[in-house]
Amino acid sequence: MAYSFPEEVLEYVFAFLSSDKDRNAVSLVCKSWYEIERWCRRRIFIGNCYAVSPQIVIRRFPEVSAVKIKGKPHFADFNLVPEGWGAYLYPWISAMARSYPWLEEIKLKRMVVTDESLELISKSFKNFKVLVLSSCEGFTTDGLASIAANCRNLRELDLKESEVEDLSGHWLSHFPDNFTSLVSLNMSCLGSEVSFSALERLVSRCPNLKTLRLNRAVPVEKLPSLLRRAPQLVEFGTGAYSAEIRTDIFSNLVEAFSGCKHLKSLSGFWDVVPAYLPAMYNVCSRITSLNLSYATVQSPDLVELISQCPNLKCLWVLDYIEDAGLKALSSYCKDLQELRVFPSDPYGAEPNVSLTEQGLVTVSAGCPKLQSVLYFCRQMSNAALIAIARNRPNLIRFRLCIIEPQAPDYLTLEPLDTGFGAIVEHCKQLRRLSLSGLLTDRVFEYIGTHAEKLEMLSIAFAGDSDLGLHYVLSGCESLRKLEIRDCPFGDKALLANAAKLETMRSLWMSSCSVSYGACKLLGQKMPRLNVEVIDERGPPDSRPETCPVEKLYVYRTVAGPRVDKPDFVWTMDEDAALRLS
Amino acid sequence: MAMISEEHSKEKLGFEETELRLGLPGGGGIVNGDFGKNTNANGKRGYPETVNLKLNLSLKETEKGENLQKEKNLISCSNNAVKPPTKAQVVGWPPVRSFRKNVMAVQKSNSEEGVGGTATFVKVSMDGAPYLRKVDLNMYKSYQDLYGALGKMFNSFTMGKCDSQGMMDFMNESKLKDLLNGSDFVPTYEDKDGDWMLVGDVPWEMFVGSCKRLRIMKGTEAIGLAPRAMEKCKNRS
Repeated sequence: MAYSFPEEVLEYVFAFLSSDKDRNAVSLVCKSWYEIERWCRRRIFIGNCYAVSPQIVIRRFPEVSAVKIKGKPHFADFNLVPEGWGAYLYPWISAMARSYPWLEEIKLKRMVVTDESLELISKSFKNFKVLVLSSCEGFTTDGLASIAANCRNLRELDLKESEVEDLSGHWLSHFPDNFTSLVSLNMSCLGSEVSFSALERLVSRCPNLKTLRLNRAVPVEKLPSLLRRAPQLVEFGTGAYSAEIRTDIFSNLVEAFSGCKHLKSLSGFWDVVPAYLPAMYNVCSRITSLNLSYATVQSPDLVELISQCPNLKCLWVLDYIEDAGLKALSSYCKDLQELRVFPSDPYGAEPNVSLTEQGLVTVSAGCPKLQSVLYFCRQMSNAALIAIARNRPNLIRFRLCIIEPQAPDYLTLEPLDTGFGAIVEHCKQLRRLSLSGLLTDRVFEYIGTHAEKLEMLSIAFAGDSDLGLHYVLSGCESLRKLEIRDCPFGDKALLANAAKLETMRSLWMSSCSVSYGACKLLGQKMPRLNVEVIDERGPPDSRPETCPVEKLYVYRTVAGPRVDKPDFVWTMDEDAALRLS
Repeated sequence: MAMISEEHSKEKLGFEETELRLGLPGGGGIVNGDFGKNTNANGKRGYPETVNLKLNLSLKETEKGENLQKEKNLISCSNNAVKPPTKAQVVGWPPVRSFRKNVMAVQKSNSEEGVGGTATFVKVSMDGAPYLRKVDLNMYKSYQDLYGALGKMFNSFTMGKCDSQGMMDFMNESKLKDLLNGSDFVPTYEDKDGDWMLVGDVPWEMFVGSCKRLRIMKGTEAIGLAPRAMEKCKNRS
């Protein structure tokens, strides 16, 4: 007792711990540290909204000011999770409204958010400051109007790629005239036109506005007016970047951009007319982040722009950039850390652009700081992957999508096992990997053995047998999220590695060969997992037990089976197994 | 890089007997029986329709032979034996978010004619059902395809006439009035002009291009739509 610090001192020390991992470790030291820590934790991250319940969270952490919650599994982005699956925000808000009156921040990803929830947020939290809705859905612009009208201290409203039912642009006009605290506004996913004069006035009266991402409906000729009112902007997203080519519009843009001495990030550029791109050249030398992924501009124009950005750290672009453009990128942008190349024509049978594996190899060679890659292309070779691995052992994220499922090495017609094997062997810090192309069980052996830091793995149309899945589940010490579609993985590997699943956040398997019987068994064996069978063909017990389920989602939880399941989801647990068999 | 032979590692883990081979994609069937090793250089199996077109013919022939052999050995679930999907029909592949796909589709259609192979996701609601669904209209080639899919999606809620044949009857103008009085559910859609129309009154491609969302209404509510649908039809023809 003589050796222990007073609580206040410990609390003060703990305040310096920002990472959840550290705080979790601290809370395991002893009971008194657990108690002190839980009272002073202010920021909560819930990686799976069904892993825990609002009541459990509130009971443990009574004084929270910021929550971040993730809902649907990642494959929901590609329509693999049927509508109505779950991830409803409302129960969280209604519980937090009572218990966290001083909540300031809510950040959500893949949750279903209703107008009712938004209204409750706007009225329950008097000091509410930050709302980030990333890939969310279920709300309309009326919900946004509530937020605008009632959150007097709002700093951040970010609708990152959410699906909003756009009833009108009128919501923006609900920000009161004396509202001046806005720091960040991202409305790029909305369709409707907002009142431009309301927008102008909002921008004028918010001196701390650093991020403004407009939606497509704001035409290019109106940009100068906004930029002039916010020369302190750091991040700017244009609207549609097209108009008939007029010198007065152009020169206004040049002047307005020149006034923004702090701009670091640019995005938007829908419907871009190349002639207007040079209007930004004056700011390009400071630009570190460029999102051109909606800009349907050809390679030469892209290269012109990129060549002006020597400090570029992050580039999102369409495959119009082609190998030639990527070569230019690799010579002009030596600071590049993140590259994402999206397909302009993902469903076309034939390539429409000259973008191959070569572009990525060149960038990997020329950009020593490259650590994060997302690349869509139509051909790949083991040689290229090996070169990339050797060039860039510092890769942290590597997501490759070869558009044709099961495409082999186009030079040798072999599987791409050795190529991806090289990636996991050389890139020892790799945390995220997405595979594609023709792959046998062998690649999973390499991954299981070498990918020690791998946290998230995405697999599609790969593997030969359960062995593949077994390699991954019995290796990959750091694995947290595994998502698999259309692979011949079945019962054996899953059941043999059931314990591994409790060390992970979640496992998704769709169109694989896991039988209903195995799912039931898994649910019985592992009471701390929710084993959800998602099947739109009707109750799984109306088919033989050996019949594979359509989709399987397994996640660890302390909250038990969820109570808000739709009729196409079944949780396998002891009770269910008895009831259904 | 260490190359452990396939056989060696399988014996170690006791997997030889229970080795599963890829059957058909789309979750079709657990495959029993031993097909022997895949010694082809390309190692392809099970995707006759997505075969890389650059392969020469002789490879394709041997592959077809192998595939036939496999199909004979398949034990698949009754309602799960589907042929391998063509590229356009594989849900969620390539993994491009609908958000991005829809934006690209609009930009494409603004600059070129034709829909191409892009996806067109629309929400489908049904009166009385507690949640919405989404469908990609480009996955279907005809109204019949679409009705089949809708019927399956909402089958727990429908009674009576919401099947393929029932919905097909709506395409027949002369049966419209009779059926609307008696039927339970009617498929309708909101077009680009914001009007609510009966599904089936325009050619399929035109429908795909102009449909913003679908709503499966109770028949009694849809009665008001019928005359308008017929009017629009007459004006168009």
